[in-house]
Amino acid sequence: MAKIVTFSIDGQKCMAEEGQYLVDAAETNGVYIPTLCNMTGVPPQGSCRVCSVKINGKLTTACTTKVSEGMEVINESEEIQDLRKAIIELLFAEGNHFCPSCEQSGNCELQALAYRFQVLVPRFPYLFPERDIEASNPKLFKDHNRSILCKRCIRAITDERGRRLFAFGKRGDRIGISIDTKLAANISDELADRAAEVCPVGAIIRKGRGFAVPIGQRRYDGQPIGADVEQAK
Amino acid sequence: MDKKIVATTSLAGCFGCHMSVLDIDERILDLIELVEFNKSPIDDIKTFTKHCDIGIVEGGCATSENVHVLKEFRKNCSTLIALGECAIMGGLPALRNNIPITECLEEAYLNGLTTKDNNPDRILPNDEEIPMMLDRVYPIRELVKVDFFLPGCPPTADLIWNALTALILGKEMDLPYEVIRYD
Ligand code: SF4
Ligand code: SF4
Ligand code: FES
Repeated sequence: MAKIVTFSIDGQKCMAEEGQYLVDAAETNGVYIPTLCNMTGVPPQGSCRVCSVKINGKLTTACTTKVSEGMEVINESEEIQDLRKAIIELLFAEGNHFCPSCEQSGNCELQALAYRFQVLVPRFPYLFPERDIEASNPKLFKDHNRSILCKRCIRAITDERGRRLFAFGKRGDRIGISIDTKLAANISDELADRAAEVCPVGAIIRKGRGFAVPIGQRRYDGQPIGADVEQAK
Repeated sequence: MDKKIVATTSLAGCFGCHMSVLDIDERILDLIELVEFNKSPIDDIKTFTKHCDIGIVEGGCATSENVHVLKEFRKNCSTLIALGECAIMGGLPALRNNIPITECLEEAYLNGLTTKDNNPDRILPNDEEIPMMLDRVYPIRELVKVDFFLPGCPPTADLIWNALTALILGKEMDLPYEVIRYD
């Protein structure tokens, strides 16, 4: 059995198995640390910084840090909350997020975080970047206007032989997700569903579904993202 | 208490935000006790007749006329509110922001399915009376200072109600989870 370590989050005493990532350990203790690029079961990459916390006084990402004995974590200070909020606002300003016409609205993790952090308007000016859409795949529709470059699709989606369906194309501010058209041409319905599911935003959309769930019944209509973790306590 | 004076307008919006103001239902009777409307489509007063406490702007700026009205609002209102996604970030009209304006006009008046056979002289609207289209749709805070932002498409009636009553009564605004929506 793994060794149990004790640590604290905002002064609250927590316990977890040694070697657990801090986001997961926090969850076990009923504490929600917001995440965006992270996915349970997939190795973390720590790129979005939404999970930023202070550990022993130093700013770091909770999804890439393993808990250790005596660790002191600050999760909810004003400074950290504002930093997270700024990151969320930045993502809205640097893409083209037209939520009223987005199929993902109500089920979108980025939007849900903005609701949780009460973003009324981003503090940054909107960039209105030129981004493409790609609709040639029979099952998936890619709208790069909404991609937050979290790489969840690249990291989590492979076909039955382990080949990746998604990759980054181009560099710098032109960077975007490209689909391997040959491999993706014949994917199963299940894999297509899963690709749309791992995308936290509406950048990978399953074709033929549209606005499937009525307003009021969508994932984040009723309660904030993270509320399930906090209630399980 | 003196009644606060409120003005409202719809720029490049769909009037949905104004409908949502009416969606406060019977609370509109309470609102009428607290405010007097000046320039607004609600009472059809076309020009400002006095300085207003609160200006509510729906829609972004897509034409020269939108810019003119917006500047009038800033000049005549002490507090300016951007109401809804279009005022805040351009909204659906801003979907054209990456398409050159010539292409948009040609699609609408020359090449579109319903226009291509009905515009034999290939005229683009050019009468002096018609406001000029801007190169793109501008969120209103890019043109004037905006004091408050109420998101939603349209914003929920409760968000509007909470914001207005907080402003009028000088209280902290109540922001429960359900009132902030972007759709
Ligand atoms: S991906 Fe999310 S934030 Fe972006 S437009 Fe869609 S619902 Fe809004
Ligand atoms: S397409 Fe979706 S999953 Fe892939 S990088 Fe963009 S936001 Fe992330
Ligand atoms: S969730 Fe940790 S950096 Fe994105």
